[in-house]
Amino acid sequence: MTTDSEAVPTETLAARPSTRKEGVSDGPRFRWKDLTVYLGFALVFAFFAVTIGDKGFLTAQNATSIVSQVTPIALMAFGAVFVLTAGEIDLSIGSIVAMAALFTALGLRHYGLVPGVALGILTGIGAGLLNGLLIVGLRVPSFLVTLGTMQLFAGIAQISTQLQDVPIVNDTYSNLFGSGTIGPLSNAVVWLVLGFLVAQLVFKNLAFGWRVMATGSNRASARALGINTNRVRVGVMVISSCTAALAGMIYAGEIHGAVYTLGSSDLLTVLAGVVIGGTSLFGGSGSMLGALMGSLLMTMIVNGLVLMGATVQQQIVVQGIIIVVAVAVSQRQPAE
Amino acid sequence: MSRGTEPLLRVAALRKTFGGLHALEDINLEVWPGEVVGLVGDNGAGKSTLVRCISGYYTPDAGEITVDGQPLGSGGPKRAAELGIEIVHQDLSLVMHGDVVQNLYLNREIRSSWAPLERLGWLDKKAMRAGARAILDQVGIGGTISVRQRVQDLSGGQRQCIAIGRAVGWSRRMVFLDEPTAALGVRQTRHVLDLIGRLRAQGIAIVLISHNMEQVLEVCDRIVVLRLGRKVADRPIAGLTGPMVVGYITGAERGEA
Repeated sequence: MTTDSEAVPTETLAARPSTRKEGVSDGPRFRWKDLTVYLGFALVFAFFAVTIGDKGFLTAQNATSIVSQVTPIALMAFGAVFVLTAGEIDLSIGSIVAMAALFTALGLRHYGLVPGVALGILTGIGAGLLNGLLIVGLRVPSFLVTLGTMQLFAGIAQISTQLQDVPIVNDTYSNLFGSGTIGPLSNAVVWLVLGFLVAQLVFKNLAFGWRVMATGSNRASARALGINTNRVRVGVMVISSCTAALAGMIYAGEIHGAVYTLGSSDLLTVLAGVVIGGTSLFGGSGSMLGALMGSLLMTMIVNGLVLMGATVQQQIVVQGIIIVVAVAVSQRQPAE
Repeated sequence: MSRGTEPLLRVAALRKTFGGLHALEDINLEVWPGEVVGLVGDNGAGKSTLVRCISGYYTPDAGEITVDGQPLGSGGPKRAAELGIEIVHQDLSLVMHGDVVQNLYLNREIRSSWAPLERLGWLDKKAMRAGARAILDQVGIGGTISVRQRVQDLSGGQRQCIAIGRAVGWSRRMVFLDEPTAALGVRQTRHVLDLIGRLRAQGIAIVLISHNMEQVLEVCDRIVVLRLGRKVADRPIAGLTGPMVVGYITGAERGEA
Protein backbone atom coordinates (compact mmCIF):
# COMPACT_ATOMS: atom_id res chain seq x y z
CA MET A 1 0.00 0.00 0.00
CA THR A 2 1.30 3.41 -0.84
CA THR A 3 0.57 6.86 0.31
CA ASP A 4 -1.24 8.06 -2.77
CA SER A 5 -4.43 7.22 -0.90
CA GLU A 6 -4.07 10.64 0.69
CA ALA A 7 -7.15 12.12 -0.87
CA VAL A 8 -8.98 8.99 -1.88
CA PRO A 9 -11.80 8.31 0.51
CA THR A 10 -12.89 4.72 0.92
CA GLU A 11 -16.40 3.89 -0.09
CA THR A 12 -17.86 2.94 3.23
CA LEU A 13 -16.59 5.81 5.20
CA ALA A 14 -16.49 8.81 3.00
CA ALA A 15 -18.28 8.12 -0.23
CA ARG A 16 -21.68 9.08 1.04
CA PRO A 17 -22.46 12.16 -0.99
CA SER A 18 -22.08 14.86 1.56
CA THR A 19 -24.99 17.20 1.30
CA ARG A 20 -23.94 18.73 4.57
CA LYS A 21 -20.98 20.97 5.01
CA GLU A 22 -18.06 19.70 6.98
CA GLY A 23 -18.60 19.82 10.71
CA VAL A 24 -22.32 20.33 10.45
CA SER A 25 -24.05 20.82 13.76
CA ASP A 26 -25.66 17.44 13.43
CA GLY A 27 -25.80 16.46 17.08
CA PRO A 28 -26.29 13.11 18.73
CA ARG A 29 -28.79 10.80 17.08
CA PHE A 30 -32.36 11.59 18.00
CA ARG A 31 -34.20 9.04 20.14
CA TRP A 32 -37.88 9.15 20.89
CA LYS A 33 -37.39 7.74 24.36
CA ASP A 34 -35.39 10.83 25.27
CA LEU A 35 -38.71 12.65 25.19
CA THR A 36 -40.39 10.30 27.69
CA VAL A 37 -40.28 12.74 30.55
CA TYR A 38 -41.67 15.65 28.53
CA LEU A 39 -44.49 13.60 27.07
CA GLY A 40 -45.22 12.10 30.47
CA PHE A 41 -45.25 15.54 32.02
CA ALA A 42 -47.60 16.89 29.34
CA LEU A 43 -49.93 13.89 29.65
CA VAL A 44 -50.14 13.99 33.44
CA PHE A 45 -50.57 17.74 33.42
CA ALA A 46 -53.36 17.52 30.84
CA PHE A 47 -55.05 14.76 32.83
CA PHE A 48 -55.06 16.76 36.06
CA ALA A 49 -56.02 19.97 34.25
CA VAL A 50 -59.11 18.27 32.87
CA THR A 51 -60.11 16.27 35.95
CA ILE A 52 -59.27 18.64 38.78
CA GLY A 53 -58.77 21.93 36.96
CA ASP A 54 -61.65 23.37 38.91
CA LYS A 55 -60.42 22.03 42.23
CA GLY A 56 -57.43 24.34 42.43
CA PHE A 57 -54.90 22.43 40.32
CA LEU A 58 -54.52 25.24 37.81
CA THR A 59 -54.09 28.09 40.28
CA ALA A 60 -50.91 30.09 40.65
CA GLN A 61 -50.92 29.21 44.32
CA ASN A 62 -50.81 25.52 43.48
CA ALA A 63 -47.99 26.06 41.00
CA THR A 64 -46.01 27.81 43.73
CA SER A 65 -46.73 24.96 46.08
CA ILE A 66 -45.50 22.37 43.58
CA VAL A 67 -42.32 24.32 42.96
CA SER A 68 -41.53 24.69 46.64
CA GLN A 69 -42.15 20.97 47.15
CA VAL A 70 -40.00 20.03 44.19
CA THR A 71 -36.94 22.02 45.22
CA PRO A 72 -35.38 19.52 47.66
CA ILE A 73 -36.26 16.58 45.41
CA ALA A 74 -34.83 18.25 42.32
CA LEU A 75 -31.63 19.28 44.12
CA MET A 76 -31.04 15.67 45.14
CA ALA A 77 -31.93 14.60 41.61
CA PHE A 78 -29.15 16.82 40.23
CA GLY A 79 -26.72 15.09 42.58
CA ALA A 80 -28.07 11.70 41.54
CA VAL A 81 -27.47 12.52 37.86
CA PHE A 82 -23.77 12.93 38.64
CA VAL A 83 -23.69 9.71 40.64
CA LEU A 84 -25.58 7.59 38.12
CA THR A 85 -23.71 9.03 35.14
CA ALA A 86 -20.47 8.08 36.86
CA GLY A 87 -21.80 4.52 37.11
CA GLU A 88 -22.44 4.64 40.86
CA ILE A 89 -25.53 4.91 43.01
CA ASP A 90 -26.18 6.67 46.32
CA LEU A 91 -28.85 5.06 48.48
CA SER A 92 -27.93 7.08 51.55
CA ILE A 93 -29.31 10.46 50.45
CA GLY A 94 -32.54 10.11 52.42
CA SER A 95 -30.62 9.50 55.65
CA ILE A 96 -28.25 12.37 54.91
CA VAL A 97 -31.28 14.65 54.61
CA ALA A 98 -32.31 13.84 58.19
CA MET A 99 -28.79 13.92 59.56
CA ALA A 100 -27.93 17.28 57.97
CA ALA A 101 -31.28 18.80 59.00
CA LEU A 102 -30.84 17.72 62.63
CA PHE A 103 -27.20 18.78 62.85
CA THR A 104 -28.05 22.14 61.33
CA ALA A 105 -30.89 22.61 63.80
CA LEU A 106 -28.63 21.66 66.69
CA GLY A 107 -25.93 24.00 65.43
CA LEU A 108 -28.43 26.83 65.14
CA ARG A 109 -29.69 26.23 68.65
CA HIS A 110 -26.31 26.06 70.32
CA TYR A 111 -23.99 28.21 68.21
CA GLY A 112 -26.00 30.44 65.87
CA LEU A 113 -26.63 30.94 62.18
CA VAL A 114 -23.24 30.60 60.54
CA PRO A 115 -22.07 27.59 62.56
CA GLY A 116 -25.45 25.95 62.02
CA VAL A 117 -25.29 26.32 58.25
CA ALA A 118 -21.64 25.30 58.24
CA LEU A 119 -22.46 22.20 60.25
CA GLY A 120 -25.12 21.20 57.73
CA ILE A 121 -22.76 21.61 54.79
CA LEU A 122 -19.95 19.81 56.61
CA THR A 123 -22.33 16.94 57.30
CA GLY A 124 -22.91 16.64 53.57
CA ILE A 125 -19.23 16.77 52.70
CA GLY A 126 -18.32 14.32 55.47
CA ALA A 127 -20.99 11.80 54.55
CA GLY A 128 -20.00 11.97 50.86
CA LEU A 129 -16.31 11.57 51.64
CA LEU A 130 -17.08 8.56 53.82
CA ASN A 131 -19.20 6.98 51.05
CA GLY A 132 -16.67 7.75 48.35
CA LEU A 133 -13.60 6.64 50.26
CA LEU A 134 -15.28 3.39 51.30
CA ILE A 135 -16.23 2.66 47.69
CA VAL A 136 -12.78 3.40 46.37
CA GLY A 137 -10.77 2.18 49.34
CA LEU A 138 -12.56 -1.08 50.03
CA ARG A 139 -13.36 -1.64 46.36
CA VAL A 140 -16.95 -2.38 47.27
CA PRO A 141 -19.78 -1.39 44.89
CA SER A 142 -21.48 1.87 45.82
CA PHE A 143 -24.79 0.04 46.04
CA LEU A 144 -23.54 -1.99 49.00
CA VAL A 145 -21.56 0.77 50.67
CA THR A 146 -24.47 3.20 50.61
CA LEU A 147 -26.91 0.47 51.63
CA GLY A 148 -24.82 0.29 54.78
CA THR A 149 -24.28 4.00 55.28
CA MET A 150 -27.99 4.60 54.69
CA GLN A 151 -28.58 2.69 57.92
CA LEU A 152 -25.55 4.21 59.61
CA PHE A 153 -26.57 7.81 58.88
CA ALA A 154 -30.20 7.14 59.81
CA GLY A 155 -29.03 5.67 63.11
CA ILE A 156 -26.73 8.62 63.80
CA ALA A 157 -29.62 11.01 63.08
CA GLN A 158 -31.87 9.16 65.49
CA ILE A 159 -29.29 8.87 68.25
CA SER A 160 -28.18 12.51 67.97
CA THR A 161 -31.41 13.81 69.45
CA GLN A 162 -32.89 10.64 70.97
CA LEU A 163 -35.64 10.79 68.32
CA GLN A 164 -36.64 14.26 69.52
CA ASP A 165 -37.63 17.10 67.19
CA VAL A 166 -35.34 20.10 67.18
CA PRO A 167 -37.24 23.35 66.57
CA ILE A 168 -35.59 26.19 64.68
CA VAL A 169 -36.37 29.67 65.97
CA ASN A 170 -33.80 31.51 63.86
CA ASP A 171 -35.89 33.59 61.43
CA THR A 172 -32.96 34.51 59.21
CA TYR A 173 -32.33 30.83 58.67
CA SER A 174 -35.97 30.02 57.97
CA ASN A 175 -36.19 32.85 55.48
CA LEU A 176 -32.99 31.89 53.75
CA PHE A 177 -33.68 28.17 53.43
CA GLY A 178 -37.43 28.09 53.62
CA SER A 179 -40.26 30.45 53.27
CA GLY A 180 -38.48 33.70 52.46
CA THR A 181 -38.62 35.58 49.19
CA ILE A 182 -36.25 37.55 47.01
CA GLY A 183 -38.36 40.14 45.22
CA PRO A 184 -41.25 38.29 43.63
CA LEU A 185 -39.50 34.92 43.81
CA SER A 186 -39.78 32.54 46.71
CA ASN A 187 -36.44 31.31 47.97
CA ALA A 188 -37.41 27.77 46.99
CA VAL A 189 -37.47 28.87 43.35
CA VAL A 190 -34.17 30.65 43.75
CA TRP A 191 -32.54 27.53 45.19
CA LEU A 192 -34.03 25.44 42.41
CA VAL A 193 -32.87 27.69 39.58
CA LEU A 194 -29.47 28.23 41.14
CA GLY A 195 -29.04 24.51 41.73
CA PHE A 196 -30.03 23.66 38.19
CA LEU A 197 -27.70 26.22 36.62
CA VAL A 198 -24.71 25.16 38.71
CA ALA A 199 -25.38 21.46 38.13
CA GLN A 200 -25.86 21.89 34.39
CA LEU A 201 -22.74 23.98 34.13
CA VAL A 202 -20.53 21.56 36.01
CA PHE A 203 -22.03 18.63 34.10
CA LYS A 204 -21.68 20.06 30.62
CA ASN A 205 -19.13 22.86 30.71
CA LEU A 206 -16.44 21.76 33.10
CA ALA A 207 -13.81 19.12 32.50
CA PHE A 208 -15.11 17.33 35.58
CA GLY A 209 -18.46 16.69 33.87
CA TRP A 210 -16.74 15.02 30.93
CA ARG A 211 -14.75 12.84 33.28
CA VAL A 212 -17.89 11.80 35.10
CA MET A 213 -19.39 10.69 31.79
CA ALA A 214 -16.23 8.82 30.80
CA THR A 215 -15.91 7.10 34.17
CA GLY A 216 -19.47 5.85 34.00
CA SER A 217 -19.33 4.89 30.35
CA ASN A 218 -16.36 2.60 30.76
CA ARG A 219 -14.13 2.87 33.79
CA ALA A 220 -11.26 0.89 32.28
CA SER A 221 -11.26 3.10 29.18
CA ALA A 222 -11.42 6.24 31.26
CA ARG A 223 -8.43 5.07 33.23
CA ALA A 224 -6.58 4.19 30.03
CA LEU A 225 -7.20 7.75 28.86
CA GLY A 226 -5.46 8.93 32.01
CA ILE A 227 -8.50 9.95 34.04
CA ASN A 228 -8.24 9.53 37.79
CA THR A 229 -11.49 7.61 38.08
CA ASN A 230 -11.21 7.19 41.83
CA ARG A 231 -11.15 10.93 42.29
CA VAL A 232 -14.18 11.26 40.03
CA ARG A 233 -16.08 8.61 41.98
CA VAL A 234 -15.35 10.20 45.34
CA GLY A 235 -16.28 13.54 43.80
CA VAL A 236 -19.73 12.47 42.66
CA MET A 237 -20.49 10.91 46.04
CA VAL A 238 -19.60 14.20 47.74
CA ILE A 239 -21.75 16.16 45.28
CA SER A 240 -24.65 13.81 45.89
CA SER A 241 -24.45 13.99 49.68
CA CYS A 242 -24.08 17.77 49.59
CA THR A 243 -27.27 18.11 47.56
CA ALA A 244 -28.96 15.85 50.12
CA ALA A 245 -27.64 17.97 52.97
CA LEU A 246 -28.91 21.13 51.25
CA ALA A 247 -32.29 19.47 50.73
CA GLY A 248 -32.39 18.64 54.44
CA MET A 249 -31.53 22.20 55.36
CA ILE A 250 -34.32 23.48 53.10
CA TYR A 251 -36.83 21.08 54.65
CA ALA A 252 -35.74 22.27 58.10
CA GLY A 253 -36.16 25.89 57.04
CA GLU A 254 -39.63 25.24 55.66
CA ILE A 255 -40.98 23.48 58.74
CA HIS A 256 -38.95 25.54 61.25
CA GLY A 257 -37.35 22.50 62.74
CA ALA A 258 -35.80 19.13 62.10
CA VAL A 259 -36.96 15.60 62.77
CA TYR A 260 -35.33 12.27 62.05
CA THR A 261 -38.06 11.18 59.60
CA LEU A 262 -37.20 13.97 57.14
CA GLY A 263 -36.21 12.61 53.76
CA SER A 264 -37.08 9.02 54.63
CA SER A 265 -39.32 8.60 51.59
CA ASP A 266 -37.25 10.71 49.19
CA LEU A 267 -34.83 8.16 47.81
CA LEU A 268 -37.26 6.43 45.48
CA THR A 269 -38.91 9.66 44.40
CA VAL A 270 -35.54 11.13 43.49
CA LEU A 271 -34.29 8.06 41.65
CA ALA A 272 -37.60 7.68 39.81
CA GLY A 273 -37.53 11.30 38.68
CA VAL A 274 -33.93 11.04 37.51
CA VAL A 275 -34.43 7.78 35.67
CA ILE A 276 -37.63 8.92 34.00
CA GLY A 277 -35.67 11.99 32.95
CA GLY A 278 -33.46 9.80 30.80
CA THR A 279 -30.39 9.31 32.99
CA SER A 280 -29.04 5.81 32.52
CA LEU A 281 -28.91 3.49 35.52
CA PHE A 282 -25.82 1.93 33.97
CA GLY A 283 -23.65 5.03 33.68
CA GLY A 284 -22.35 7.15 30.86
CA SER A 285 -25.29 9.38 30.14
CA GLY A 286 -27.47 11.69 32.13
CA SER A 287 -29.65 14.74 31.77
CA MET A 288 -30.03 17.57 34.24
CA LEU A 289 -33.05 19.02 32.47
CA GLY A 290 -34.58 15.55 32.38
CA ALA A 291 -33.96 15.21 36.12
CA LEU A 292 -35.64 18.55 36.74
CA MET A 293 -38.65 17.57 34.64
CA GLY A 294 -38.77 14.12 36.22
CA SER A 295 -38.76 15.62 39.71
CA LEU A 296 -41.51 18.04 38.70
CA LEU A 297 -43.50 15.14 37.27
CA MET A 298 -43.20 13.09 40.46
CA THR A 299 -44.15 16.07 42.61
CA MET A 300 -47.04 17.04 40.37
CA ILE A 301 -48.44 13.52 40.55
CA VAL A 302 -48.51 13.61 44.36
CA ASN A 303 -49.97 17.11 44.29
CA GLY A 304 -52.72 16.15 41.86
CA LEU A 305 -53.60 12.99 43.74
CA VAL A 306 -53.86 14.93 46.99
CA LEU A 307 -56.21 17.42 45.34
CA MET A 308 -58.26 14.51 44.01
CA GLY A 309 -58.61 13.32 47.57
CA ALA A 310 -56.57 10.16 47.16
CA THR A 311 -55.35 8.48 50.33
CA VAL A 312 -51.63 8.12 50.94
CA GLN A 313 -51.90 4.43 50.10
CA GLN A 314 -53.59 5.17 46.79
CA GLN A 315 -50.92 7.74 46.01
CA ILE A 316 -48.24 5.13 46.53
CA VAL A 317 -49.98 2.70 44.18
CA VAL A 318 -50.34 5.29 41.45
CA GLN A 319 -46.74 6.41 41.86
CA GLY A 320 -45.60 2.83 41.59
CA ILE A 321 -47.52 2.27 38.38
CA ILE A 322 -46.23 5.46 36.83
CA ILE A 323 -42.65 4.64 37.75
CA VAL A 324 -42.89 1.20 36.17
CA VAL A 325 -44.44 2.53 32.97
CA ALA A 326 -42.08 5.47 32.64
CA VAL A 327 -38.99 3.43 33.39
CA ALA A 328 -40.11 0.76 30.94
CA VAL A 329 -40.24 3.40 28.23
CA SER A 330 -37.15 5.40 29.06
CA GLN A 331 -34.74 2.67 30.17
CA ARG A 332 -35.62 -0.18 27.83
CA GLN A 333 -32.51 -1.96 26.67
CA PRO A 334 -32.07 -2.96 23.06
CA ALA A 335 -33.08 -6.57 22.39
CA GLU A 336 -30.30 -9.09 22.93
CA MET B 1 14.92 17.07 16.11
CA SER B 2 17.57 14.56 15.19
CA ARG B 3 15.74 12.77 12.45
CA GLY B 4 18.10 10.75 10.32
CA THR B 5 20.80 10.30 12.88
CA GLU B 6 18.88 9.12 15.90
CA PRO B 7 15.95 6.72 15.93
CA LEU B 8 12.68 8.02 17.30
CA LEU B 9 12.50 5.09 19.68
CA ARG B 10 15.41 3.07 20.93
CA VAL B 11 15.00 0.07 23.18
CA ALA B 12 18.31 -1.30 24.40
CA ALA B 13 18.94 -4.59 26.22
CA LEU B 14 15.53 -4.54 27.82
CA ARG B 15 14.71 -7.18 30.41
CA LYS B 16 11.50 -7.69 32.33
CA THR B 17 10.81 -10.56 34.67
CA PHE B 18 7.74 -11.49 36.65
CA GLY B 19 8.83 -13.65 39.55
CA GLY B 20 11.00 -16.27 37.91
CA LEU B 21 9.47 -15.81 34.51
CA HIS B 22 11.53 -13.98 31.92
CA ALA B 23 8.82 -12.10 30.06
CA LEU B 24 11.37 -10.13 28.05
CA GLU B 25 15.07 -10.84 27.67
CA ASP B 26 17.64 -8.68 25.91
CA ILE B 27 15.25 -6.84 23.61
CA ASN B 28 16.84 -4.34 21.23
CA LEU B 29 14.64 -2.31 18.95
CA GLU B 30 14.79 0.87 16.95
CA VAL B 31 11.95 2.70 15.27
CA TRP B 32 12.61 5.56 12.86
CA PRO B 33 10.32 8.43 11.89
CA GLY B 34 7.86 7.54 9.17
CA GLU B 35 8.47 3.85 9.59
CA VAL B 36 5.78 1.22 10.02
CA VAL B 37 7.04 -1.67 12.10
CA GLY B 38 5.05 -4.85 12.56
CA LEU B 39 5.39 -6.40 15.99
CA VAL B 40 4.30 -10.01 15.85
CA GLY B 41 4.51 -13.09 18.00
CA ASP B 42 2.37 -15.77 19.51
CA ASN B 43 0.28 -15.19 22.60
CA GLY B 44 2.66 -14.89 25.53
CA ALA B 45 5.60 -13.99 23.33
CA GLY B 46 6.00 -10.70 25.15
CA LYS B 47 4.38 -8.19 22.79
CA SER B 48 2.07 -6.74 25.39
CA THR B 49 4.80 -6.67 28.01
CA LEU B 50 7.08 -4.80 25.63
CA VAL B 51 4.39 -2.28 24.77
CA ARG B 52 3.62 -1.78 28.44
CA CYS B 53 7.28 -1.14 29.17
CA ILE B 54 7.51 1.39 26.36
CA SER B 55 4.30 3.11 27.41
CA GLY B 56 5.56 3.35 30.98
CA TYR B 57 3.07 1.01 32.62
CA TYR B 58 5.82 -1.47 33.50
CA THR B 59 9.26 -0.54 34.71
CA PRO B 60 11.87 -2.78 33.09
CA ASP B 61 14.32 -4.67 35.29
CA ALA B 62 17.20 -3.80 33.02
CA GLY B 63 17.91 -1.94 29.82
CA GLU B 64 16.95 1.46 28.56
CA ILE B 65 14.19 3.05 26.54
CA THR B 66 14.83 6.40 24.89
CA VAL B 67 12.69 8.58 22.70
CA ASP B 68 14.66 11.03 20.58
CA GLY B 69 17.55 10.31 22.89
CA GLN B 70 15.53 11.23 25.98
CA PRO B 71 15.33 8.41 28.52
CA LEU B 72 11.93 7.21 29.65
CA GLY B 73 13.44 6.24 32.99
CA SER B 74 10.86 5.37 35.59
CA GLY B 75 8.57 8.27 34.76
CA GLY B 76 5.60 6.03 34.06
CA PRO B 77 2.81 6.52 31.55
CA LYS B 78 2.83 10.28 32.02
CA ARG B 79 6.45 10.58 31.00
CA ALA B 80 5.85 8.28 28.03
CA ALA B 81 2.99 10.48 26.87
CA GLU B 82 5.13 13.59 27.29
CA LEU B 83 7.77 12.03 25.08
CA GLY B 84 5.15 11.50 22.40
CA ILE B 85 4.37 7.80 22.71
CA GLU B 86 0.72 6.94 22.21
CA ILE B 87 -0.93 3.55 22.48
CA VAL B 88 -4.20 2.74 20.79
CA HIS B 89 -5.53 -0.19 22.76
CA GLN B 90 -7.73 -2.85 21.34
CA ASP B 91 -10.84 -1.96 23.33
CA LEU B 92 -9.80 0.70 25.73
CA SER B 93 -9.30 3.78 23.68
CA LEU B 94 -12.86 5.00 23.35
CA VAL B 95 -15.69 6.07 25.58
CA MET B 96 -18.81 4.92 23.76
CA HIS B 97 -21.23 7.35 25.41
CA GLY B 98 -19.09 10.32 24.54
CA ASP B 99 -19.21 12.24 21.29
CA VAL B 100 -16.32 12.58 18.87
CA VAL B 101 -15.03 15.78 20.46
CA GLN B 102 -15.04 14.23 23.90
CA ASN B 103 -13.25 11.14 22.73
CA LEU B 104 -10.55 13.18 21.05
CA TYR B 105 -10.06 15.55 23.97
CA LEU B 106 -10.91 13.68 27.18
CA ASN B 107 -8.32 14.41 29.84
CA ARG B 108 -6.56 16.85 27.49
CA GLU B 109 -9.37 19.33 27.27
CA ILE B 110 -8.81 22.76 25.85
CA ARG B 111 -9.87 25.10 28.61
CA SER B 112 -10.88 28.70 28.76
CA SER B 113 -7.95 31.03 28.28
CA TRP B 114 -9.09 33.18 31.20
CA ALA B 115 -7.07 31.97 34.17
CA PRO B 116 -9.82 31.77 36.83
CA LEU B 117 -12.10 29.79 34.51
CA GLU B 118 -9.18 27.72 33.32
CA ARG B 119 -8.46 26.65 36.89
CA LEU B 120 -12.10 25.73 37.32
CA GLY B 121 -11.83 23.47 34.30
CA TRP B 122 -14.09 25.54 32.07
CA LEU B 123 -14.08 23.98 28.63
CA ASP B 124 -13.49 25.83 25.41
CA LYS B 125 -15.85 23.68 23.36
CA LYS B 126 -15.60 25.81 20.25
CA ALA B 127 -11.84 25.40 20.06
CA MET B 128 -12.17 21.66 20.64
CA ARG B 129 -14.79 21.28 17.92
CA ALA B 130 -12.50 23.04 15.48
CA GLY B 131 -9.57 20.91 16.60
CA ALA B 132 -11.67 17.76 16.28
CA ARG B 133 -12.58 18.63 12.69
CA ALA B 134 -8.91 19.08 11.87
CA ILE B 135 -8.09 15.69 13.38
CA LEU B 136 -10.92 14.03 11.43
CA ASP B 137 -9.44 15.53 8.27
CA GLN B 138 -6.06 14.17 9.23
CA VAL B 139 -7.39 10.65 9.61
CA GLY B 140 -9.41 10.89 6.42
CA ILE B 141 -12.98 10.97 7.69
CA GLY B 142 -13.40 14.73 7.78
CA GLY B 143 -16.78 15.81 6.50
CA THR B 144 -18.34 12.36 6.74
CA ILE B 145 -19.38 12.51 10.38
CA SER B 146 -20.31 15.27 12.75
CA VAL B 147 -17.94 15.90 15.61
CA ARG B 148 -20.95 15.91 17.91
CA GLN B 149 -22.03 12.39 17.02
CA ARG B 150 -21.77 9.83 19.76
CA VAL B 151 -19.08 7.25 19.18
CA GLN B 152 -21.54 4.43 19.85
CA ASP B 153 -23.46 5.54 16.75
CA LEU B 154 -20.39 5.24 14.52
CA SER B 155 -19.22 2.23 12.53
CA GLY B 156 -16.32 0.11 13.73
CA GLY B 157 -13.99 1.63 11.17
CA GLN B 158 -14.96 5.15 12.07
CA ARG B 159 -14.44 4.35 15.74
CA GLN B 160 -10.97 3.03 15.07
CA CYS B 161 -10.21 6.21 13.13
CA ILE B 162 -11.28 8.26 16.12
CA ALA B 163 -9.09 6.19 18.44
CA ILE B 164 -6.12 6.56 16.13
CA GLY B 165 -6.98 10.22 15.59
CA ARG B 166 -6.80 10.82 19.30
CA ALA B 167 -3.33 9.34 19.37
CA VAL B 168 -1.91 11.09 16.33
CA GLY B 169 -3.71 14.32 17.05
CA TRP B 170 -1.58 14.55 20.12
CA SER B 171 1.65 12.76 19.74
CA ARG B 172 2.17 13.37 16.03
CA ARG B 173 5.29 11.27 16.29
CA MET B 174 4.74 7.70 17.26
CA VAL B 175 1.73 5.47 17.68
CA PHE B 176 1.33 1.91 18.80
CA LEU B 177 -1.68 0.22 17.27
CA ASP B 178 -2.76 -2.88 19.14
CA GLU B 179 -4.77 -5.10 16.78
CA PRO B 180 -6.47 -2.11 15.15
CA THR B 181 -8.48 -4.18 12.71
CA ALA B 182 -9.37 -7.18 14.84
CA ALA B 183 -13.03 -6.25 15.10
CA LEU B 184 -13.49 -4.74 11.66
CA GLY B 185 -15.03 -5.84 8.39
CA VAL B 186 -13.15 -5.94 5.13
CA ARG B 187 -13.86 -2.41 3.95
CA GLN B 188 -13.28 -0.85 7.30
CA THR B 189 -10.04 -2.73 7.66
CA ARG B 190 -9.03 -1.30 4.33
CA HIS B 191 -9.72 2.18 5.59
CA VAL B 192 -7.56 1.70 8.67
CA LEU B 193 -4.73 0.32 6.56
CA ASP B 194 -5.03 3.32 4.25
CA LEU B 195 -4.89 5.52 7.29
CA ILE B 196 -1.65 3.89 8.38
CA GLY B 197 -0.18 4.77 5.00
CA ARG B 198 -1.36 8.32 5.31
CA LEU B 199 0.20 8.70 8.75
CA ARG B 200 3.48 7.27 7.52
CA ALA B 201 3.50 9.94 4.82
CA GLN B 202 3.16 12.51 7.58
CA GLY B 203 6.32 11.16 9.20
CA ILE B 204 4.60 9.44 12.08
CA ALA B 205 6.20 6.23 13.22
CA ILE B 206 3.80 3.35 13.71
CA VAL B 207 4.21 0.08 15.52
CA LEU B 208 1.50 -2.30 14.40
CA ILE B 209 0.72 -5.25 16.61
CA SER B 210 -1.29 -7.78 14.67
CA HIS B 211 -1.95 -11.44 14.21
CA ASN B 212 -2.86 -10.95 10.59
CA MET B 213 0.25 -11.85 8.57
CA GLU B 214 -1.18 -10.72 5.27
CA GLN B 215 -1.92 -7.32 6.74
CA VAL B 216 1.45 -6.97 8.39
CA LEU B 217 3.24 -7.88 5.19
CA GLU B 218 1.13 -5.40 3.27
CA VAL B 219 1.54 -2.26 5.34
CA CYS B 220 4.77 -2.68 7.27
CA ASP B 221 8.27 -1.70 6.26
CA ARG B 222 9.87 -4.00 8.76
CA ILE B 223 8.83 -6.88 10.97
CA VAL B 224 9.97 -7.66 14.48
CA VAL B 225 9.14 -11.11 15.76
CA LEU B 226 9.09 -11.98 19.44
CA ARG B 227 9.16 -15.53 20.68
CA LEU B 228 9.21 -16.55 24.32
CA GLY B 229 10.34 -13.11 25.38
CA ARG B 230 13.20 -12.80 22.91
CA LYS B 231 13.50 -11.08 19.60
CA VAL B 232 13.94 -13.81 17.00
CA ALA B 233 13.69 -11.74 13.84
CA ASP B 234 13.97 -8.09 12.84
CA ARG B 235 14.11 -7.54 9.10
CA PRO B 236 12.61 -5.53 6.26
CA ILE B 237 9.66 -7.20 4.65
CA ALA B 238 11.37 -7.42 1.28
CA GLY B 239 11.64 -11.11 0.50
CA LEU B 240 9.56 -12.14 3.49
CA THR B 241 6.58 -14.42 3.08
CA GLY B 242 3.75 -15.28 5.41
CA PRO B 243 4.99 -18.82 6.00
CA MET B 244 8.44 -17.50 6.88
CA VAL B 245 7.01 -15.12 9.48
CA VAL B 246 4.89 -17.91 10.91
CA GLY B 247 8.08 -19.96 11.03
CA TYR B 248 9.77 -17.29 13.15
CA ILE B 249 6.77 -17.08 15.40
CA THR B 250 6.58 -20.81 16.03
CA GLY B 251 10.33 -21.31 16.19
CA ALA B 252 10.50 -23.46 13.08
CA GLU B 253 12.67 -20.87 11.37
CA ARG B 254 15.65 -19.11 12.92
CA GLY B 255 16.00 -15.41 12.27
CA GLU B 256 19.09 -13.29 12.32
CA ALA B 257 17.94 -11.14 15.18
